Amino acid sequence: MIPELGHFALLAALAVALIQVIVPVVGVLRARPRWMEVAVSGAQAQLLLIVAAYLCLTWSFVTRDWSVAYVAANSHSQLPLMYRISAVWGAHEGSMLLWVLMLAGWGGAVSVFSRRLPRDVLALTLSVLGAISVGFLLFILLTSNPFDRNFPVPTDGRDLNPLLQDPGLVIHPPLLYMGYVGFSVAFAFALAALISGRMDAAWTRWTRPWTTTAWLFLTMGITLGSWWAYNELGWGGWWFWDPVENASFMPWLVGTALIHSLAVTEKRGVLKSWTLLLAILAFSLSLLGTFLVRSGVLVSVHAFATDPARGVFILGFLCAVLGVAFLLYAWRAPSLVNDAEISLMSREGLLLLNNVFLVVAAAAVLIGTLYPLVVDAFKLGKISVGPPYFNAVFLPLAAPLGVIVGLASVIGWKRGQRGELVRRLRWPLLVAVLTSLALPWILHRQTQVAAIGGSLLAVWVMVATLEGIWHRLRNRDNRWRGLLQIPRGVWGMSLAHFALGVWILGVTFVSLYSIERDVRLGPGDSVELSGYTYSLIDVQGYAGPNYDADRARVEVSHDGKVVAELSPEKRRYRAQGSVMTEAAVDHTPFRDLYVALAESLEGGDWALRIYYKPMMRLVWLGGVLMALGGILAVSDRRYRLERAAQRSAVHAAEAVA
Amino acid sequence: MTLRHVFAGLMLGLVMVFALPSMAQSKELEGADLDRYQGMINQLRCLVCQNQTIADSNAPLAQDLREQVRTQIQSGRSDAEIIEYVTARYGDFVLYRPPFKRSTWLLWVGPFALLLGALAIAVSLMRRGRQRREATAVDPDRLRKLLDEESR
Repeated sequence: MIPELGHFALLAALAVALIQVIVPVVGVLRARPRWMEVAVSGAQAQLLLIVAAYLCLTWSFVTRDWSVAYVAANSHSQLPLMYRISAVWGAHEGSMLLWVLMLAGWGGAVSVFSRRLPRDVLALTLSVLGAISVGFLLFILLTSNPFDRNFPVPTDGRDLNPLLQDPGLVIHPPLLYMGYVGFSVAFAFALAALISGRMDAAWTRWTRPWTTTAWLFLTMGITLGSWWAYNELGWGGWWFWDPVENASFMPWLVGTALIHSLAVTEKRGVLKSWTLLLAILAFSLSLLGTFLVRSGVLVSVHAFATDPARGVFILGFLCAVLGVAFLLYAWRAPSLVNDAEISLMSREGLLLLNNVFLVVAAAAVLIGTLYPLVVDAFKLGKISVGPPYFNAVFLPLAAPLGVIVGLASVIGWKRGQRGELVRRLRWPLLVAVLTSLALPWILHRQTQVAAIGGSLLAVWVMVATLEGIWHRLRNRDNRWRGLLQIPRGVWGMSLAHFALGVWILGVTFVSLYSIERDVRLGPGDSVELSGYTYSLIDVQGYAGPNYDADRARVEVSHDGKVVAELSPEKRRYRAQGSVMTEAAVDHTPFRDLYVALAESLEGGDWALRIYYKPMMRLVWLGGVLMALGGILAVSDRRYRLERAAQRSAVHAAEAVA
Repeated sequence: MTLRHVFAGLMLGLVMVFALPSMAQSKELEGADLDRYQGMINQLRCLVCQNQTIADSNAPLAQDLREQVRTQIQSGRSDAEIIEYVTARYGDFVLYRPPFKRSTWLLWVGPFALLLGALAIAVSLMRRGRQRREATAVDPDRLRKLLDEESR
């Protein structure tokens, strides 16, 4: 009964979404405010219906309803409650449901928080969001219905993929989808601007907080995914350039470009059509990522042919959405006039360069991800494109961004003075050079060009950002009060840039100075790696809720003192019989000690894999701080003022009525 | 449910298979040879896995390939010779760093060509702005400031 209710709620949501697409547009064409208003109630009704459908599926998981095919395929009677709830998005059908839930959530949020928008713009925006929703609801209902029944009803489920039975599953996908799908709002705003022909400073002010919010969720999602992979996969990597990761990284790069070009458009009224194009591109890449991951083409071009319904549907939908968006763009964008010049020696000039590098870097990731598919499709052979390619191509495209961040945080809008640039940046540069020469040597007693280069870039970004803050305080009598007067938008930007420096530092050291070793240890044996002694005490079996495991105890000592006791595990999940490694990590801000249990050897010995990874934490700290910067920027006073003004306007209107 | 379905079902999670690779007896290699070995096994693809290097995979084929790489290094072959040896047996698919050839030149040159094109467009954009400014002789920023003051 409950699954049928969920199914019905999805059908009703589809009907509401169709109304939400058509009625407001007709209202705009005929200038009927009442019809436009339907967009708002439609978005909210759609959200309620999809939440209901989502809860129905969750209920089926919680109550172990094996008569629902999707539940039976992705759960098990012994699966703990936490994973039964998050197993909803553990496979295809449910993750698509999460996708539309997020989309409806964003639509609902726009309908609540953007009441001050001109009525026609709001109507058009919500109508575009409704159209995307129609496509995905049809996709779910026609090809991937999570509520399909299962006859005969199996006695037990086939279990959630053990790889996903980790706290990472509970938070990573929702955050990632929030970000991924959140770019739909900027996309819808862009289309509304193109249709209505209005794109002014107000438009950028509405779009900025939405874009930044989506971006900060995506940042958190990617960071968490990296942390999860590091802990769960068992071989110490934190980024694999896997196509599935690239699918989320491309929208992030273009979204980052969009945040910066929105700033330029708002402050200087230039790059308007470019900003619109980026808003369209960011969401297009989200859709493309969905297509790549969902259609199965990533596994193989031939997998696409074996299950064509889903792939063809998304491909068709992708082409329709992009076709409409780009046609509209080609038709309308030329009428947007930029009314000011851009000089290279200005903040907007440097931000334009930043956009060039970010977008080309995203294009490089796209080329590398799609190339093997294209080559295979044209029967030119089978090739692999992996980390060596991406590192070789992406790094030279991304490194200039660090240089630009430092320059742009100091230079003024419009027309910067070269003399001022030199005067303000010579100290940061000196600090960066000295630190980068010393740091690798101090930390590792050996230095190399790449380590100096990476540290130079990292420290340069950090110090130049601090200089930007310092510069705002230089003439204040009371510097502490001055600090409080800096707008949160500036704090957010500075924090995110500083975080980029932290991230670069982490990446540099963990890439260049990590040590890994495969060792064979019996109980009582020990081995030394990078000054740390690892002693295997014993390996014992124990039974988890739905798995059986071997757990090792490894004592790590440094200079004769015990610094950590690590318990890596090897688990065999009962339902599917698959074996997973749970690595154990001891961390400080400066180094990770990472031990994974590989396999049992003859004579009671075990194979272990041991890593020493310096500054690993900084990589994720950088990601988290970037997202915090986003939160600060979104909470800036001017957006709150806008909302307050909007509330009082609504009250005034009500009073008049 | 095949393995492929499991993977297709996992959107944006990181897709890797099962347990750690078995222990290679790479202890026999030391110093520069060990570094070469590590570098080499980290850029060869396990042909039967889902997108994994032979360093990360536990499949028998990956173990076999690791073993071959080690023997080749021990017998004094150069990196280029080893790569030639594995591609002769398994094709370009085994290399995570695709070779530069007729079917892949666009892959290697494309991103940098795009960069040059994009930089050219950006520079011309900045030029055009300057020319227009000279032509109109009205400072749009000053104009906007005046308008702003008026509307205040």
